[in-house]
Amino acid sequence: MASDDSVSLRVTPLFSLCQELGARFTPFAGYRMALSFPAGTLREHQHTREAASLFDVSHMGQIVVSGPDRVALLESLTPASIRALPPGRLRYSMFTTPTGGVLDDLMIACRGDDLMVVVNAARREADLAHLREAARGHAADVALLEDQALLALQGPAAAAVLSALAAGVGDLPFLGMGPFALDGVLCWVSRSGYTGEDGFEISVKATHVEPLARRLLADPRVAPAGLAARDTLRLEAGLCLNGADLTPSITPVEAGLGWVVGRERRLDGQFPGSDVLFQQLAEGPAWCRVGLRLAGRAVARPGAPVLDPQGAEVGVVTSGGFSPTLNQPIAMARVPAALASPGQPLAVRVRDHQLDALVTALPFVPARTVGRACSGPSEPRNKP
Amino acid sequence: MSKVYYTEDHEWIRVEDGKEGTVGITDFAQAQMGDVVFVELPPVGTVLTQGEQAAVVESVKAASELYAPVSGTVVAVNPDLPDAPGTVNEDPQGEGWFFRLALTQPNELADLMDQDAYEVFVAEAGESAG
Repeated sequence: MASDDSVSLRVTPLFSLCQELGARFTPFAGYRMALSFPAGTLREHQHTREAASLFDVSHMGQIVVSGPDRVALLESLTPASIRALPPGRLRYSMFTTPTGGVLDDLMIACRGDDLMVVVNAARREADLAHLREAARGHAADVALLEDQALLALQGPAAAAVLSALAAGVGDLPFLGMGPFALDGVLCWVSRSGYTGEDGFEISVKATHVEPLARRLLADPRVAPAGLAARDTLRLEAGLCLNGADLTPSITPVEAGLGWVVGRERRLDGQFPGSDVLFQQLAEGPAWCRVGLRLAGRAVARPGAPVLDPQGAEVGVVTSGGFSPTLNQPIAMARVPAALASPGQPLAVRVRDHQLDALVTALPFVPARTVGRACSGPSEPRNKP
Repeated sequence: MSKVYYTEDHEWIRVEDGKEGTVGITDFAQAQMGDVVFVELPPVGTVLTQGEQAAVVESVKAASELYAPVSGTVVAVNPDLPDAPGTVNEDPQGEGWFFRLALTQPNELADLMDQDAYEVFVAEAGESAG
C-alpha cells in the first residue's frame, strides 16, 4: 500500500491501454507494470489455462546480435550450441559466470541473418554491457531494440486466436519463429512463452502494439493478464525466475537445467564456468532445485528455510506461491541432492510454523506446449 | 447501536455497546491484496495490545498482516474463513470478518477514524498509489 515512486519509473507502450483496462500497477525492474486486472489474479490464471491471456512483456530487453562472429560471440558467453540453431528456431539459455552460476536466463532466436536475444528487464543494461564487452574481440554488433514491444499470448486458444490474424502461425513448431504480418504490421512471432501453455510471443514496433493488442483483446477468448498471474503460471510450470531460482551462485545443472549445455559444447567447452558445469554433469550436483507441495494453505515465500525430517535447516525456498490449479501452496527450493528425490518428506518454516512438505516432480502442472520439441524449458530435467 | 472505526492499516472494527468489536480488513485493503488464499487467525483467548500483529492474510501476491485496531481478548474467530478465504474479497466488511475482540481499552477507539475520515484517507492513499 506504500505509494510507489512513479516519477522515476518507465512505462511500456501499452501503459495507457492497461490503465484503460483497469490494471493495478506495481514497480517492477524499473517499470510501472500491470500486476493484475479487475478480474483478479486467480481468474487471470485460470483463464490462461482454459482459453487465452494477453500479457504485456515489453519491459523485457530485445537485443539483436549481428555480424559474422555472432555465433562465436554468444557461444563465448552461454553454454548453448548456437552453431546448431537453425534459422527460425529459438533456444533457452543463460549467461554464466566463471564459476558456473547464472547471470541471466534468456531466449536466443536465429532469424537467419542475425540472432535475437530476449533478456530479463532487470538485467537488460548489465546484459548489454556484458555482450558489448565480449563483442570487442569479435566481428559482431550488439544493438538494443529501443522501440520494440513484446506481447505474450498464452493459452490453449492462443493458436486459434492468432491464426485468425495470420494463417501460418499455427504451423510454427514449439520454439519456432518467423516473420508474420499481423494486422498489416510486420512482427516476429515465436511459439514460446513462460506459462506451460501453448502460446506465442510477438515482437512488434512500439508504435503498432496498441492496435494489435486491442485487436487480440477483441477476440472473446482473450483476456488481459498481469505480472502476478504470469508468476503463478510459471511457478506451476516449474520454470525458473532469474534472481530467485537462478542466481550467480546457482548453476544451471543444480537448477535441473543441465540440458542447456549443448551437445557440441560438451566437446569444446569454451564458455564461462564450463569446467564447473562439466564436472557437475559428470558427477551430479551437490545441490538441486526441487518442487515442494505444502500441507495446509499457508504460503511459503522465497527465503523460507527448508528443514529435513530431523528439523535441521538444509535448504531454502527460492520461489513460492499458491497454485490456483492444484488449490494448494507450492514452492521450488534449493536442497542437498540427497534430499531431492520425489516423495522425500521435508518441512518449510513459515513465520513460527513448521509446514510439512513433500518433494514433487516438476512441473507441478504438465506443460501443454505443442509438439514437445527436443530442446526447451519443458524438456525433462537432468537427473542428478 | 453499533459504530465502525477504521485504522490507517485498513482494518475495521465494528463496536457494539462499547464492549465487544468485530474486526476485519476493508474493501480497499482486499482490493490492494488481490485474491486471498489463506487466513491465519489468532486462537480464541489471545490477548492483543493495540497495533500488535493479530492475523496473517495471504493473497496470491504476498502475505499481509492484520494488526489489532485496539487492545482486547479474542473471544471468537470466523469459522468459515479457513475453508473459504475468498470471502475476504467478496464481503470484506460482512461475512469476511476475522475475529471478535472483548475490548480492554475502549478509550483507544478515539485513536481510530470514523467512516467519513477513512474515506478521505483512502482517497488520498489512492491518489498517491495511482
